[in-house]
Amino acid sequence: MSAVAIAPINTRGRQTWAWLRLAFCASMLAFVLLPLLWAVYLSFRPNVELMRHAPLKLTGPYTLDNYIELFRNATLFRWFFNSMVVSGASVAGVLVLSSLAGFAFGRLQFPGRNWLYALVLMGLAIPDQSVILTRHQIFSDLHWHNSYLALILPGLSAPLGVFLMTEAFRALPKSLEDAARLDGASTFSTFWHILLPQTVPALASLAIYTFLLSWNDYWWPLISATRPAMFTLTEGMAAAQSNYIEVTGMGVLTAQAVVAGLPVLIIYILFQKHIVGAVTGMVKL
Amino acid sequence: MTERRGWTHLLFVLPFLAVYLWLLVYPLLTGVSLSLHRANLFGGATFIGLENYTRLFRDATFRQALGNTVLFVALCVPVLVTVALALALALNRAGRFAAALRSIVFASSVLSVTVMTIVWRQVLTVDGGLLSHVAQGVGARPLAFLSDPHLVLPSLVLITVWWSLGLPMILFLSALQQIPRSVYEAAALDRATPWSVFRHVTLPALTPALLLVIAYECALQFQLFGQPQLLTQGGPNGASRPMVLYIYETGFNHWDVGYAAAASQILFALILVVALVPQLARRLWGRA
Repeated sequence: MSAVAIAPINTRGRQTWAWLRLAFCASMLAFVLLPLLWAVYLSFRPNVELMRHAPLKLTGPYTLDNYIELFRNATLFRWFFNSMVVSGASVAGVLVLSSLAGFAFGRLQFPGRNWLYALVLMGLAIPDQSVILTRHQIFSDLHWHNSYLALILPGLSAPLGVFLMTEAFRALPKSLEDAARLDGASTFSTFWHILLPQTVPALASLAIYTFLLSWNDYWWPLISATRPAMFTLTEGMAAAQSNYIEVTGMGVLTAQAVVAGLPVLIIYILFQKHIVGAVTGMVKL
Repeated sequence: MTERRGWTHLLFVLPFLAVYLWLLVYPLLTGVSLSLHRANLFGGATFIGLENYTRLFRDATFRQALGNTVLFVALCVPVLVTVALALALALNRAGRFAAALRSIVFASSVLSVTVMTIVWRQVLTVDGGLLSHVAQGVGARPLAFLSDPHLVLPSLVLITVWWSLGLPMILFLSALQQIPRSVYEAAALDRATPWSVFRHVTLPALTPALLLVIAYECALQFQLFGQPQLLTQGGPNGASRPMVLYIYETGFNHWDVGYAAAASQILFALILVVALVPQLARRLWGRA
């Protein structure tokens, strides 16, 4: 396609374009990768070397001390566990709520349907920061801060999942549920046995997207979880970098970043297509 | 089709609606009301009308935060959109190299803000940062990216572009892939120059995606928070304090929640305006 796109007037012009493109791609590759490689490099360097700002050497010495030190630290596992609980429950909750609501908005008639759907879509424009103070008060009044429930619930109020699932249910052919109706199936069993299995690709995209969003959320855990035992990994990485100079040192800090970054990078590599699917699904809006 | 207009169908949307109204709509509305009160985090509120808003515009710290935020968005969004568009145009082709580069560029956006700032702190810091090493290597004076008041916002722009390139690139790529091949073939037959192909074929086809990305990124970047909160705490002298950090400090460090709520309403209004402007532009261009 692009071979046609740069329709040649003359060969020299075409070659110049090809070189420019290559130079641009190479510099973008360096821009994206070098900071990451630098962090990985630092995480394998002895802290003594980092403290005295030794000149940059690729020949070593290298060490695993930073990682060993890290895995002696039990709080890191606790944060990892908290993140798993919160992200896992968020995914389950969003999938259940969004597929139920998406099915009703996409396939059923009921009083006030269009009005309610418009109300839900309006929520897409509300940024988290503009509800944070009063949301914080709701959880304070209930004495729910520093609990898993408090970390999970706000994520379930985001309307994006309902929008994506409504679109997915709408796209299914009408004939599917007509056959089920003839068999006398209830509305719920039509949803559960016939239509829901057809939306698995959309569910998968929504699941991965929700997982990453929840795993990476910094703003709400920062405000709600104030006891270190209830930190998520993302929030814990913030605490780690505010006191690294006195406590751990640069090497351990970067090792922490590598350990915290790896799970999401692995999920990204495994489920790349679904993430891109979720992202491009939003464009239909 | 016996229950065509059935109230029972409402049961399917009820669970979501309950959470949605409780944790998004209700806090939004009470937030507006809170902004009209003098209140602290421990309860006790006095109605004071618009006093919080008038106080905000006399508050030099808030005005600085507002200016920082607008400047950040004005620097960040054009750079981000241009680079993402150039990447999409360069990588819109088959082949392993292009596919690998697409994946690598998007990978940085799956990292959390806290991991991302740890990585960039080690690149930007004067003491042993990657750029300091490079500067020393070529015999230049290392720059204090995070503590120089003139460099700190551009540095935040740089790392935000690094972090956010993936999404606009993907959106541009998916728009590019919807342009039919035959259009380019016809242009090639007409011996159109690359520029005129871009100007008359590619760019018009990209306009909807372009407006969407600009609106989305403006709305997103107005909410800048984690990068300065973690790297600079808003310093030096407030040169990198954005509005959300101001709201956070006012609400959760000074417990002046009514005042913070007023600041967050102003931010919300700004975001709505920037998100709506491209929509209006699309309407107007559509008519022209």
